[in-house]
Amino acid sequence: MSKQVAIEQDGKVIETLPNAMFKVELDNGHVLLCNISGKMRMNFIHILLGDKVRVEISPYDLTKGRISFRYK
Amino acid sequence: MVKPKTEEEIALLRENAILVSKTLAEVGKAVAPGVTTARLNEVAETFIRDHGAVPSFLGFEGFPAAICASVNDVVVHGFPSDYVLKEGDIVTADIGTLYKGYNGDSAYTFPVGEVDPETRKLLDVTKASLYKGIEAAVAGNRTGDIGYAVQSYAESFGFSVVRELEGHGLGKEMHEEPGVPNYGRRGHGCRLVDGMVICIEPMINAGGRGVYLARNGWAVHTADHKNSAHFELTVVVRKGRAEQLSTFDYIEKSTVNF
Repeated sequence: MSKQVAIEQDGKVIETLPNAMFKVELDNGHVLLCNISGKMRMNFIHILLGDKVRVEISPYDLTKGRISFRYK
Repeated sequence: MVKPKTEEEIALLRENAILVSKTLAEVGKAVAPGVTTARLNEVAETFIRDHGAVPSFLGFEGFPAAICASVNDVVVHGFPSDYVLKEGDIVTADIGTLYKGYNGDSAYTFPVGEVDPETRKLLDVTKASLYKGIEAAVAGNRTGDIGYAVQSYAESFGFSVVRELEGHGLGKEMHEEPGVPNYGRRGHGCRLVDGMVICIEPMINAGGRGVYLARNGWAVHTADHKNSAHFELTVVVRKGRAEQLSTFDYIEKSTVNF
């Protein structure tokens, strides 16, 4: 059976935390602690509660992610 | 850091690989127009249990059957059902076994009756890309070399490589490190060491590489609804040349005695 490549998945922001950290719930139900990518900080892109975002997950730690894109 | 397997472990994995290969051959014999995918599942499960092993897919993260039966535009993880195979279809059987504490995992895409030339080419190219990947699975190379070999071969024929799913290490667990994507850059990825056991499983689409997940949360479909083929073999990384544990000989050389 093939293994799912654990890179980019979509999710929804369910909680905002200090220092630009967010709790994101993925479409498959997992909740991750995410930070915001440098490119988004540089371009002053805000993320609010309830936003749909794309998250990069490291295969080395499946509980943490990086928000790389905010959907409109 | 991925630990290579001991020779004892490789021997047990070889037993599983041979059992899966024989099971695939049994399923292959049953594939014909008019047969349901549920019947293929039954054939496989009976064969596996008769040999004292357990079908490892049944109950794996909730999967409801012993085999994945993926027809036409379903890339992988299709459920066996009352779908009746018809002439011109292709059906991929992906089978897993659990025997003496270790796993087996292999897959083959069978044509149902006669298929059109484009589909025949998809099957041949996907299988050949798997062998290209196996050629790259030598000690000292990286998983990116395997992915590059599969990708460059398949794409040279105008087909596309599915990105969302990958091959994997195999052992006591069905999915172990490293991940073995079917695309990649030479010199990137996990270093391959003598004794590592991996499953290489190219998933190649006739059309574009986009896929989507079905509502049942398992079956992966091609976005453009064109056919997709999938072949999987288990190999041991060795110096100079990888050693195949599972084989398609039981399927393709029908004079082999069981």
